[in-house]
Amino acid sequence: MDFLLDDEQEALRDAVRGLLKGYDAEKRRQVTDADPGFDEAMWKKLADMGVLGLPFPEDVGGSGAGPAEVSVVAEEIGRVIAPEPFVEAVVFAGGLVAALGSDGQKKEILGGLSAGELLPAVAWMSPHGDDEGVTVDGDTLTGVKEPVLNGARADVLLVLAEGGLFVVKGEDVDAHGERTSYRTVDGGRAARVSFDKTPATPLGDGGDAHDAFEMLVAIARIAYGHEALGAMESGLSMTTEYLKTRKQFGVTLNTFQALTFRAADMYTSVELTRSIVMWATMVLADAGDPALVKDAARRSKLQVSRAGRHIGQEAIQLHGGIGMTMEYAVGHITTRLTTIDHLLGDGREQGRALRENLTSYGVVEPLP
Amino acid sequence: MQLQLTEEERAFREEMRTFFNDEVPKELRDGIGRGDEQFKEAVVKTQQLLNAKGLAVPSWPEEYGGQDWTPLQKHIWHEEMQLAGVIPPLAFNANMIGPVIANFGSDEMKEKFLAKTANLDIWWCQGFSEPNAGSDLASLSTKAVRDGDDWVINGQKTWTTLGQHADWIFVLCRTNPDVKKQAGISMILCPMDAEGVTLRPIQLIDGGHEVNEVFFEDVRVPAENLVGEENAGWTYAKFLLGNERVGVAPVGATKRNLAIAKEKAQETGALDDPALQATIVDLENELLALELTALRVAANSDGGKPHPASSVLKLKGTVLQQAVSELLVDVFGPLSVGSGAADVADGSDLPALARTATPTYLNLRKASIYGGSNEVQRQIIAGNILGL
Repeated sequence: MDFLLDDEQEALRDAVRGLLKGYDAEKRRQVTDADPGFDEAMWKKLADMGVLGLPFPEDVGGSGAGPAEVSVVAEEIGRVIAPEPFVEAVVFAGGLVAALGSDGQKKEILGGLSAGELLPAVAWMSPHGDDEGVTVDGDTLTGVKEPVLNGARADVLLVLAEGGLFVVKGEDVDAHGERTSYRTVDGGRAARVSFDKTPATPLGDGGDAHDAFEMLVAIARIAYGHEALGAMESGLSMTTEYLKTRKQFGVTLNTFQALTFRAADMYTSVELTRSIVMWATMVLADAGDPALVKDAARRSKLQVSRAGRHIGQEAIQLHGGIGMTMEYAVGHITTRLTTIDHLLGDGREQGRALRENLTSYGVVEPLP
Repeated sequence: MQLQLTEEERAFREEMRTFFNDEVPKELRDGIGRGDEQFKEAVVKTQQLLNAKGLAVPSWPEEYGGQDWTPLQKHIWHEEMQLAGVIPPLAFNANMIGPVIANFGSDEMKEKFLAKTANLDIWWCQGFSEPNAGSDLASLSTKAVRDGDDWVINGQKTWTTLGQHADWIFVLCRTNPDVKKQAGISMILCPMDAEGVTLRPIQLIDGGHEVNEVFFEDVRVPAENLVGEENAGWTYAKFLLGNERVGVAPVGATKRNLAIAKEKAQETGALDDPALQATIVDLENELLALELTALRVAANSDGGKPHPASSVLKLKGTVLQQAVSELLVDVFGPLSVGSGAADVADGSDLPALARTATPTYLNLRKASIYGGSNEVQRQIIAGNILGL
């Protein structure tokens, strides 16, 4: 039982932190104002550092790192709310290819992703709020997926259809369908992607991808937890800095206990969140029973949902009007926390799933 | 980062689990309320059983019965004890005056008190709070004046928990009224049967008698009963209250109580309600986050320096402890009002837990008040950690 990073993990953290250092509110605003909603040059730099291939085997261009390393990167991304789609493209999309893809697909997609030359995106949500909407007809797909995160920029789409996963080239969608891109609440991009007899190849052997998909959802939930944690820590530190410097009624705001007590409660939320998301990553790294990983991911996501709302709302309230503005970073944190909350199941959804097993155990046992 | 306990830690956990479940008799573990006649006897028996195995005062220096355990081992010991429903060693002895005497007392004082304190041959109570010194403890006014070879104590203490069972009291007294309030306080040990000591019970809203007022009227104790240095009492009090905050997040006990509430809710049918299920899921998850934070603090504290996150343990721990006690009342609904009902044999059909749920809920309102109220904890987090 050890919650600390080792020296190599700390070095990775420092390197990623150093690379992302320039991300302040102004830079983030410039980047997210233009398509594709993230900085292509930064994406390439992350690739050059080895970050985009982190969890993949070496023979496809990755570095074979574990969940702890992934969590370190996600946290640094979250800390500056960098708009680069690390969890979406590397952890989730890349993870699906690594889990299910054929050798050729792994080489092409994971190799390209690791090099920063190919962006995959997962198309799983339908505009009706479920994961349907697309039907399979022979080796083509027809229907609509929306919102597809980074759907217009993606070189390759991994489409969930009739319980299976299919690889669709972006250019094939443009020829046999349509991609309509728009902003998401956190400054990113999503698209309505329509398929009209669009050529598609099954990911790997084809067939039912449910188990692997559920597992990757769990892994992505855990990674999102770390990204959100990084964002929450920044939200808290910005808020405490602000309370120490902002003057009203002739004194700094930290003179008012009504405000400092609320900051103390934010700290409590952040520390509790850190404990649970790190635990979830350790459960994943421990590579035991998939059911334990899925349970840990749900528990982590539930805490992240609750704490994300708390931190996001209080950070704005304690800043006052400035927290509402695009020009100040703290509000951006809230937009990102809100987005993460609602992707891959919000707190209510995690709670609903956890309720189903409620009577199958007495106490929750965190240690095997 | 590493989830698994080491082989040694796992063996240690197993050893603790086995001892607490198999060697502490069930009648000492289940359903002993503080109001019960058998309570004192159960506390003493349990602590003596633990002490015989070296499990009563593991945090003390080894030469006085402590254990050379890692913080994680101490955490495991504490959790397993609570999960098994074992009455923990009396805090006034094990966590408070024992460590103070071991660290600051004279050799004679150590010789006289430590072994008996560990074994609960002496039952201690705490003479700190006063009617006008609660959270602002340093403004206390109970006075001790040196007269020849004696200290003469005059004043009043309050909230003296379980003072009715106590043999001795450790008293914070003002010994120098002319300096900054923290600098004029001494800690003095006083027998409860000394002439001039009067104990008056305070009835609490749970119907029980747990706390007392203690009056001192020209009480004489020998000079050697001064702990450590004169006017250094505030330092010892802070040391002691620091110990009080350690393990004050009762994770294991709260987990156990939540599991009991869940079981009872299933029996009564209350658990069919999705809203109640949702409440339990939320509590379980918050408790998990708290337990993991306690583990993080225990696993990664080095050099005895408290981990910054430890300050959230008291705050969140008591909030959850209270929330779970509230849940159990909700589970029993209207049955929970009959706290005065007797056993089935004596004419009541109410389940035993239904009778104790509300008194426990009411009693636990104290948890966010004692040991540095939760407002004091927020003050500490805001000031010491966030620099506000």
